[in-house]
This record gives sequence, C-alpha cells and structure tokens, in this order.
Amino acid sequence: MSVLRIQNLQAYYQSTLYGVTRNVKAVDGVSLDLRANEIYGIAGESSCGKTSLIKVVFGAIKPPLTIIGGRVLYQINDRDFDITQTNDETLRQMRWKQVSYILQGSMSLLNPVRRVRKTFWDFTKAHEPVIEPEKFEATTREHLNRLGLPAEVLDSYPHQLSGGMKQRVAIALATIFQPKVILADEPTTALDVVVQRGVLQLLRRIQQETKNTLVIVTHDMGIHANIADRVGIMYAGRIVEEGTVKHIFSEPRHPYTKHLIQSLPKIGDKSKRQSIPGAPPNLADPPAGCRFHPRCPYAKPICSVQTPELSPIQDERRVACFLLTKENAHVS
Amino acid sequence: MSRNQPLLDIHNITKLYSVGGWLSRNKIAAVADVSLSMLAEEPEILTLAGESGSGKTTLARMVLRLVEPTLGRILYKGRDITSIRTRKEQIEFMQDIQPIFQNPFEAFNPLKKLESYLFETAKNYDSRENGSIEDRIESALNLVGLSMREIRGRYPHELSGGQLQRVSVARALIASPSLLVADEPVSMIDASLRMSIVNLFKDLKDRHNVSIIYITHDLATAYYISDRIAIMQRGHIVEIGPVKKVLAEPFHPYTRLLRESILEPNSETAWDEEITLSTIETKEFARQGCKFANRCDSRLPICEETEPPLSFVDGREVKCWLYGVQGKHDTAS
Amino acid sequence: MRGFLRVVADLYRSDPRCRFAFTAISIVIMFALMSFVSPQDPGSSYYAPPNQPPSVAHPFGTNSRGQDMFWFLTFAVRNSLVFGVITAILSRIIAISIGLIAGYKGGIIDRIMMVINDSFVVLPVLPLLILINFIIREQMSILQLAMVIAAFGWAWDARLIRSQVLSLKEREFTYTSVFSGTKTSSILISEHLPFVMPIVLSTTINNLLWAIGMEVTLAVLGLSNIGIPTIGTTIYWANQHQALISGVWWWIAAPVAISVLLFVALYLLVVGLGAYLDPRTRLQRMKGVLSDERA
Repeated sequence: MSVLRIQNLQAYYQSTLYGVTRNVKAVDGVSLDLRANEIYGIAGESSCGKTSLIKVVFGAIKPPLTIIGGRVLYQINDRDFDITQTNDETLRQMRWKQVSYILQGSMSLLNPVRRVRKTFWDFTKAHEPVIEPEKFEATTREHLNRLGLPAEVLDSYPHQLSGGMKQRVAIALATIFQPKVILADEPTTALDVVVQRGVLQLLRRIQQETKNTLVIVTHDMGIHANIADRVGIMYAGRIVEEGTVKHIFSEPRHPYTKHLIQSLPKIGDKSKRQSIPGAPPNLADPPAGCRFHPRCPYAKPICSVQTPELSPIQDERRVACFLLTKENAHVS
Repeated sequence: MSRNQPLLDIHNITKLYSVGGWLSRNKIAAVADVSLSMLAEEPEILTLAGESGSGKTTLARMVLRLVEPTLGRILYKGRDITSIRTRKEQIEFMQDIQPIFQNPFEAFNPLKKLESYLFETAKNYDSRENGSIEDRIESALNLVGLSMREIRGRYPHELSGGQLQRVSVARALIASPSLLVADEPVSMIDASLRMSIVNLFKDLKDRHNVSIIYITHDLATAYYISDRIAIMQRGHIVEIGPVKKVLAEPFHPYTRLLRESILEPNSETAWDEEITLSTIETKEFARQGCKFANRCDSRLPICEETEPPLSFVDGREVKCWLYGVQGKHDTAS
Repeated sequence: MRGFLRVVADLYRSDPRCRFAFTAISIVIMFALMSFVSPQDPGSSYYAPPNQPPSVAHPFGTNSRGQDMFWFLTFAVRNSLVFGVITAILSRIIAISIGLIAGYKGGIIDRIMMVINDSFVVLPVLPLLILINFIIREQMSILQLAMVIAAFGWAWDARLIRSQVLSLKEREFTYTSVFSGTKTSSILISEHLPFVMPIVLSTTINNLLWAIGMEVTLAVLGLSNIGIPTIGTTIYWANQHQALISGVWWWIAAPVAISVLLFVALYLLVVGLGAYLDPRTRLQRMKGVLSDERA
C-alpha cells in the first residue's frame, strides 16, 4: 500500500541577483512510490538534489526553492493531499504528527538552556494542547523506553549528553507522535562510526515498532546496504535506478550505479579500485539527454539527445538507461 | 642526514587542553604520551584512525607545527621541530612537510585564483631539480593528472571537489616534500571521485617516494591504501601495526568495536546485535586506568585502576591488559 | 577604474537604496565644489541685506551678518566633508592595522593591543574631547581636529576587524597560504583583507557620519575653531545670533537639511554596499547561483 507518491516532481532554485535570473534544476522529473512499512534509501552524491527532494516532500518549499511541476501525494488516514498545494494550516497539523524530518544537526531541536524534559513538554504541548502532565510523563517515558533510551535523559541538559545521545534524543523527540512517514536526511553524517551504528539501530527500531515509512537520504552506501529495504540512486536531479537493496548491491544495472558500487573499498580487499572519470554536472546547466552520458563509457548517440525514462525492467527494478530499455528508445 | 635516522620520530608527546569555566579548571589530554616513528629509507602510508575526540587531528597538527605540544619531542630527520625560530628554518621545515586538508572547497580562498597559490609556493621554495617556476608547476600538476591549461584563470568554485583536492596535492608537491600530512583528505569528496584521490596518494608513495600520514575515520580506505595503521582512542594509541594484521584480526577491544561498526557496502553482512554507547563524553577523558574500560566487554579489575602499557603481540603493539604482562594468563585461549 | 564605474552602474541600476544614495551624495558634493566658484569669500560679511528669507536672489536666504547662506554653506559643507573624510581615513588606518595584526598574531601581542584598544572603547569620548578642545581650540585647524577625533574613533572597529580575522586565520585557506610559504603581511593583505572589506567600508562611512556629528556637537558648544565655516559652526553662529527667536529659521534649517540629506544618503550607501561587498554575495555573483543550492 503506498503512503506517498511523488509524480514527475520538478523543483528548481530560482534566483535573481543583480538582474540575472538562474534556474538550478535540483529536482528534475522524479517519480517515486513509497509504501507503508518499508525503509527506502535515497543515495546520491553531494548536490545531486536529494536534500531538495526531501525538503519538498516535507513541504518546506521556500524561495528560492520553487515547484515547477509535478505532485507529492500523501495518503494518510484515508485522506489524500498534495503537499505542493496545501495551505500552512494543514502543513502545521501534518508536520511531526504524520511526517517527521530528521536532519544531520537535529541536535539543534533541543533547547540548550533547558532540561530535555522541558523541550519534550513544549513540543508535545504545541501539538496536543490538552495533554495533562501525568499523561505526558507516562507517554514520554514509554516512548523513550521503547527506543531503548534511558529515561534519565529527561533530567539532563543537552550539553551533558554525548553527541550520539543528543542525536538519538532529538530523533526520539521528532518521532514522539509516531508519524506515518519519517524523512531522515544524512542523520548520521557528522557522527563517529560506533555512534552512527547506534543511531541507525534506533531508526530501524522506530520503524519496526510503528511499521511506518522511513526514507533515509545519505551518500553513504554502507548505510543503505545495512538498513534499507529498497534503494533509489539519484544522479544530477533524477533517479537513475531503483530496486531492492539486494539487487542494487549484487547486480547494479545502470552504469553509474555499477561504477559507484565497484569503486567502494572493502576491508580485506586491496585490489585496485577506479573511480568514474569526470565530475557530476552543474545543475544550473546540466547536459542534454541522459545527464550521465558525458561520463558514461557505454554512451550511445541517443543518450546525448533524449532523456531516458525510469522504466521497469524486472519486478521491483526500474532503470533510466537506453542500454537497458532499447525498445523504448525506438518507440519515442 | 645519516642513513638510519628516522624521517619522523615522535617521543612521548602530550597535548593538554583546559576545559570548564574559571571555577572548575580541568585539564584534558587530547594527545597523551604518544610515541611513533616513520622510517626514512622506505616510504610508507601510516593511517591514524579513530573517532572524533581521539586526538588524531591534534597529533597531526603538532607534526605540522600548528599546535605546540605540552610535553615531549618531535624529531624530524633528527631535528627537534619545536626549536624552529627563524623564517628560514620554517621554510626549510615546510619544504619537507606539507599538509593536505579535509575540505578542498575551504583549502583555497574563494576570492582568489587557484594558480596564485601554485606560483606562490614555487616562488618560495627552492627547486630541488632545475627548471623554471612554470615547469615546476606544470610537472606537479601532471603528477596529479591535471595541467596548467585546466587551472589557469580558474577560481575554486569552478572546479569539482575532486579536482580541487588534486590542485591542493599538486601545490604541496611543488615544494617536493618527503612527508604529506593529509587530514581526512577524501571525506568531502563525492563517492564517484573518491577513489581517484585515494589512488593518487598510493601512487605518490609507490612511485615518488613520498611518505604520507593519512588521518581518517574510514577504515575501508585506510585498509586500501595504508601500510601501517595506528588506532587512537581518547588521546592514546591503543593499537598500532601493519594494516593487514590490525584490521583483519583486531586485538584491542576498541579496534574490534570499530571494525564491527563499519557498515560494509554489502547487503549480506547487515549487523544485528546492539551496542552500548557512551552517554557523557568528558567522563572518559577523566577516568583512570584504561579509557575504554567502561565500554569494554572483556574488562578486568586492573583495567579500572591502572593504565595498560603498549605491549608487542603478534607483530603489532596493543595497549590492553588482555595482552599485557599481567593479563597474559587470563587469555591463554 | 572601469571596473569601479561598472560596479557603481550595477548598484545604481539594481538597488534603489544606492540610487538614492548616489544621487544625494553627488548633489552634496556638487554643492561643496561650488565653493570654488563662489562670488563671495566666507570671511566677508554685510555684502547682502541681512535676515532675508529664501528668495530667487538668495536661495537659502541671508543671515544676520549679511552673508548669503547658499554660498556660505558651500564652504561649510566642503570643510565638514573634508574633515569627515580625513578623520575616517586616519582612524581606518589605525583600526585596520590593529585589527589585522592583533587578530592574526594572537598571544601576547593581541593581549597588549586589546588592552589599549579596550581603554579607548571605555573612555568617555565626549567629555574628553570637550576638555581637549577647551584647551587648544583656538589654534586648531581642520586637520588637527581630524587627528584628535580620529584618535578616539577606531577602537570599536578594530575590535570588529580583529574578531573577523580571528575566525579567518583558523580557516583552511590561511593554512594553505602559510604552507605555500607566503609571508604574514601578504596573508593579511591578500587573503584576509578582502573578507574584512565590507566591515571596513561600512565602518568608514559610519565613522564619517560620527565624525561630522561630533564636529557639529563640539562646534555648537563653541568648542571648535569657530572661525572656520563648517556645518557645526554655522549652527553655532545662528544660535549666537538667536536666529530662531528672531525668526531667521533658515539660518539653522539650511545646514540641518543638508546634513540630514547627507546622513541618510551615507547610511543607505552603507547598507547597499554592505550587501554588494559581502563575500557571500560576491561569490554568488561569481558563480551566478545562490549558495544554499548545495542540495
């Protein structure tokens, strides 16, 4: 059952500076279908548009980020709505209760001069004005307990907690209303490996407890391999490949994904790794056709002219590449 | 310098920082009693690995003379680097040791053209081979797979992170150093370009006899390029040895934890068991005995009280009572 | 020079604040330059009928001493501007050198410089200036007054510059320069100064405003060389002749109106230029994109 459908979304950064207007095509024709009870990973390098995509999905659409086309449809509690069209009031009701957003520096959600309990109280009160203190205390403790965090953190000030604990408490705060969709943007990037593992465990635990949809955006392929169910690979504003985590890592099909996965070093293997020649394009002026074609060793003439559609090639697998969808190329 | 003098010889260096307000002044050892040496005859890549707060960056900055050690000595080709006073001595020192920084976008002033750094470096350091300034720049750029044609007139924002990091390596190479200190040089580079920079370092060592201190938290790239690895935790080196030994079969419980926490890019090896995290950081710095004892699964009573020594075990050094004199009989298996 | 003109043209076109500022400042400067073609010497008096309200013959009226206010004020505005610019330049030289050196060198040099700096920050400037000027006002030329005021006008700005340099010197590109063998002086000038420029520029204009205001304050109290025509001494003499009581309001209104125009224009220029010179917007212009697009 799908919870969130993104249809041909285009979101550009439009800026006018001393008389010159520019469009940076951060998200350019992305379609995704996210289901209930899954962890969906979005992988991509810096500036590939993955953060912009998540911002739009969360309804954080502020200039210069502008929606050019497409829809982001939520289906929550039998209500359908398009987040690109909703008003501020609906957005306010929906945020944190239905959809949560966890960032790299989520620690900043915690008020540094207040005990953690006070931050939880203010946060709860803002969304459920009628809650009683006893009920709040009980539900908060239960929530922390369920996530395996000690209830004592409520009595601490944020600066007394370690970085990893702060990030986990912030995640607990962001998920206190058990949202249907959790969007996590590089949730562990600034953290150490050991702490990273703890935070990911927490995210996975939340997802398993509430059977909701967790979208995890990161450049770190190791994270996707370890917690995602399905993975979408993003390159220069578009999704180029999508599939189950097993398929993506064991038999990548798109040339970009192939190279990306082959270039990852592994402990116990000193054999030579090569990286992809060239560099990702500037999204203010992306190449025509397939945006990977200037770096692709298999590029054909059509690749620089026409844009390949993200089309299904096997069950659960979609790829945007003319090498794999030749028929389509001839038809269009 | 004499034949058998080490390139770099670090003797028991410690760096103390004060923390806390005026009332509760505490000293924290960012680097505690670390000794290391790198041989001159054979170039090597030595990785300093560890989490943030492990002291790896502070150690590197002391080697670069950006931070003054509180105690201990650093000898470079037999010479104590803290005794450097004049600009001439400093230039000689910098001609031998050059840094590579983490963020290539930050390593150059965004308002200046890239070539200005290359010309400045070539102008300030004497050439070891003959050749005009232009030739030296060109040959350094060629070493990293670039040419002046691609750089001339360019500003930092016009190049990709990977290209910029190449330029910063080229700039360092103009001085023809014997040692590069690279602090997380690939962590800001996109995955699709990362390996090309990593391969560049490997190439510099293999073919151009440059030794490299590679600081990272990424054990996978560390395994890929380095010869030796030193695992740091809370200011101490807890395990040091050939990378194949240390990472393939870690001895110190902390190294083991790090090794197990790596997320392999392979969906078959997903982990299941849960781990304990430290709740409050400063406590670990202040504890007596082994700094890892509170998180260690195999701790002994002695670990809480006395700091373990570094002991030689199976071709490496480990700072753990399990392998020290007193713990030996406990781990006969 | 052509680059400078292009920047001015850019700002004029794109920023209404700057458009107003350039126009108003040009008018004031033109006005001051007209002193060179003035038919009357500011020292002479009673060449016109006294106390005439503004008319075609005397656009700003005449004062009780029979001077044409229009031509008299051209001299007053010129002197005030020259004074303000000299003060601003002198105090900038002190503020930039102290700020850059203290910030970059750190340690004992920084501490000594900041003790001096902070002493100047906490000094009660006005009472001190009153005292100094009370003693030596008779012999003071515009240049000497500028030196005195400049000596008191750099401390805050030096601190601002220092705080910027403190963070700049920890940036990686500073280390790149150090390891390129670049000398400290060139690091300060070619690496750090461009980042400090917006502050320097806006504080220069602020300082100019402050200096002109200070001159007015001292002059109105009769504590500057009242023989030199400036905006301040004009108001002083108007008060001495009880211009407002006797209904000669234009004697005060004209200098006040010109200084208000000048102050507003300079303020808007600070704001507009600040935005233009900010390294972040400078980079955006170079890249042609906004920086939060790093998606």
